Amino acid sequence: MRKIMSGDEAIARGAYEAGCTVAAAYPGTPSTEILENMAQYKEIYSEWSPNEKVAVEVACGASIAGARSICAMKHVGLNVAADPMFTMAYEGVNGGLIIVTADDPGMHSSQNEQDNRYYAPHAKVAMIEPSDSQECKDFVKYAFEISEKFDTVVLFRITTRIAHSKSIVELKERCEVGVKEYKKDVKKYVMIPAHSRVKHYEVEERLARLQNYSNNCPLNRIEWGDKKIGIITSGISYQYAKEVFGDSASYLKIGMSYPLPDKMIQKFAKAVDKVYIIEENDPYLETYVKSLGIECIGKEFIPICGELNPDIIRRALLPTEEKKSYSVDVKVPSRPPVLCPGCPHRGLFFAMSKYKDIIATSDIGCYTLGMMPPLNIADTVICMGASISAGVGFKKASEKAGRDSKVFGIIGDSTFFHSGITGLIDAVYNKAPMVTVILDNRITGMTGHQENPGTGKTLMGEDAPIIDIESIVKAVGVKEENIRIVDPYKLEETQRAVDDAYKATEPFVIITKQPCALIKEVQKRRANMYCKINDEKCKKCKACLRIGCPAIAFKNGKIVIDRSMCNGCTLCQQVCKFDAIEKVGE
Amino acid sequence: MTKSILFVGVGGQGIILASKILTEGLIKFGYDVKMSEVHGMAQRGGSVTTQVRFGEKVYSPLIGVGEADVLVAFEKVEAARWISYLKEGGSLVVNDYEIYSMPVLIGQEQYPQNTLDELKSKVENLKIFSAAEVAQDLGNIKTQNIVLLGALIKALGLENLDWEGVIKDNLPEKMQEINIKAIKAGMNI
Ligand SMILES: Cc1ncc(C[n+]2csc(CCOP(=O)(O)OP(=O)(O)O)c2C)c(N)n1
Repeated sequence: MRKIMSGDEAIARGAYEAGCTVAAAYPGTPSTEILENMAQYKEIYSEWSPNEKVAVEVACGASIAGARSICAMKHVGLNVAADPMFTMAYEGVNGGLIIVTADDPGMHSSQNEQDNRYYAPHAKVAMIEPSDSQECKDFVKYAFEISEKFDTVVLFRITTRIAHSKSIVELKERCEVGVKEYKKDVKKYVMIPAHSRVKHYEVEERLARLQNYSNNCPLNRIEWGDKKIGIITSGISYQYAKEVFGDSASYLKIGMSYPLPDKMIQKFAKAVDKVYIIEENDPYLETYVKSLGIECIGKEFIPICGELNPDIIRRALLPTEEKKSYSVDVKVPSRPPVLCPGCPHRGLFFAMSKYKDIIATSDIGCYTLGMMPPLNIADTVICMGASISAGVGFKKASEKAGRDSKVFGIIGDSTFFHSGITGLIDAVYNKAPMVTVILDNRITGMTGHQENPGTGKTLMGEDAPIIDIESIVKAVGVKEENIRIVDPYKLEETQRAVDDAYKATEPFVIITKQPCALIKEVQKRRANMYCKINDEKCKKCKACLRIGCPAIAFKNGKIVIDRSMCNGCTLCQQVCKFDAIEKVGE
Repeated sequence: MTKSILFVGVGGQGIILASKILTEGLIKFGYDVKMSEVHGMAQRGGSVTTQVRFGEKVYSPLIGVGEADVLVAFEKVEAARWISYLKEGGSLVVNDYEIYSMPVLIGQEQYPQNTLDELKSKVENLKIFSAAEVAQDLGNIKTQNIVLLGALIKALGLENLDWEGVIKDNLPEKMQEINIKAIKAGMNI
């Protein structure tokens, strides 16, 4: 059967067909759909883990127990999970083990543009890079085989355009491989120094064997065309190169990008007049090719920053005429992403915006958008979990400087479970008189509504215990009198909590509780609710525009609320001093 | 010959569904197809695009400046934002629909008034209409995206293929009738 699939869907399908039995991930664009799709295959135990490190460790444990296992994360997720990966590289596997890293060139939804190909040589594990959905599926099978044959972790590297582009895939049946026997073997699975010292030699030997394989495996292949130009490329860049050069060049298409096939590269380079390296972001291939003493053209023409596309390659490497197109004389306004109408984060940010001197150490999630005007709530965003810990540092430094900074760490529920709890422990243990705001919308919002430990459901749709944030906060040692739990749709209550927090001299926590407005059941429940303007009472003072709701506009001299967008959260009604906004529906 | 179609609009307008149905149809009719969409952060009310390329054999899923055979804009200033991607002689389909962005809502930037006039004066092959009105007349404003898809199919000259069957294959039963009406209404504009 043939089906059009995204790379993410195809990876899930590949794992299914290859007999994988355990899969774990923490969501992150563009990797999220891998596990979302995995969950449809009931032969595979699939879970959302609280963070990437946990996900990799779950997969490591499952591999040691004998199961083919896979875990997936966005590029920055591998930073969180690097620790288990580096030591698992020494231990090797029992059942095959794949770690998928989904990089985001162009940063469509990311805070940096790191090129995770460097992780493979750094951790000394094999790396595989597919270039379309069919390869995503096929290469997962190869990856499991390589993992088991060479006793290695396999890093499976994709990028946004592989993950989210769709192309046609040929489906096959599942090949049931079962879960292998587990035999206790402390020299292999207990990494104390005495064992690791031995293992390091084995790792180096393994790399040599892997390189030999890389030179002779079907994952790396040469496509001969005109030999004036020889292009070495991998992943999505291969597709762009083919688009631009067609048959007017020869290609060395790399599918196994660590260890790289040295002999094959040398043979290819000898046979062509000129070598081009076409790759996105860092000169990973180029540096290696040059280290073999081969002259080549790469990053002097092809940019390191940003996403690649055929156009950039064409302009960089070929004399081309500009393509004829159109231009219009219209001043196009910018359209940045914004908090949705009815977003429960808005109430808290509006309450905070009363104070102009708050330092908001924010975090990663929908609430990062609180940084946008008119709310302007964010001074820092670093990585998931850094809101509270960076807040501690900011507070301590400010105290040393004699500044009375009011520091508010802002963190979502999923991010709190991911890596915020340790930050809060730090704040309490080291007595940082800062405020932590936990925005509990019952879901992992930004990445498209994945269950998390506070949701009460698992990835596979089963009921689950709800991990209670308030109990965690208390257990960490925040005093009861310094905790406020508020409904952010109720402005007065929320404002009171922010006022108390602002004055606090000890670690203080506000938890806002209101589910994300986009959750299906919430939408259904609120479908008939909306707010409308009473034109007679409206003084056009525009106070309601200050909450930054996309459903409210000043159009043709009037304030209007777009009924189709509004969910009746009533925040605008609560800020109106003239009773000019009415709520409809219950 | 590979054809390239660029869908542009605002997060939440149903662009992904429209492009999915197009893609499924093209596959059913025997083309090689690649489609690329953007998820995550950009979907929260930001400017979004989906790209579809089809032909005998397609390599890149991406469409460059001056390369789109058809540009379908679900919102009118988005047509102006992406117009440079339309190749000379290509077709433009524009939904006469306004969505103000946050900088416009709070008065930092202006929503331009000359978009449609400019497009009309520059682009020869263009179709501007209110898909919302068409969809409303059919009884469900949410089928705007499928009305636009119909207009796109017409612009591609693919209206004689069995799109009714494609809708039936890809939408739940209770949604089929209204969407078949919507795609036909779009083709007849
Ligand atoms: C290490 C890491 N993993 C994953 C992500 C992707 N990511 C960004 S925001 C987010 C979820 C945030 O959810 P939550 O904290 O509940 O806030 P919400 O979006 O619901 O407001 C995720 C998973 C990331 N940026 N970094």
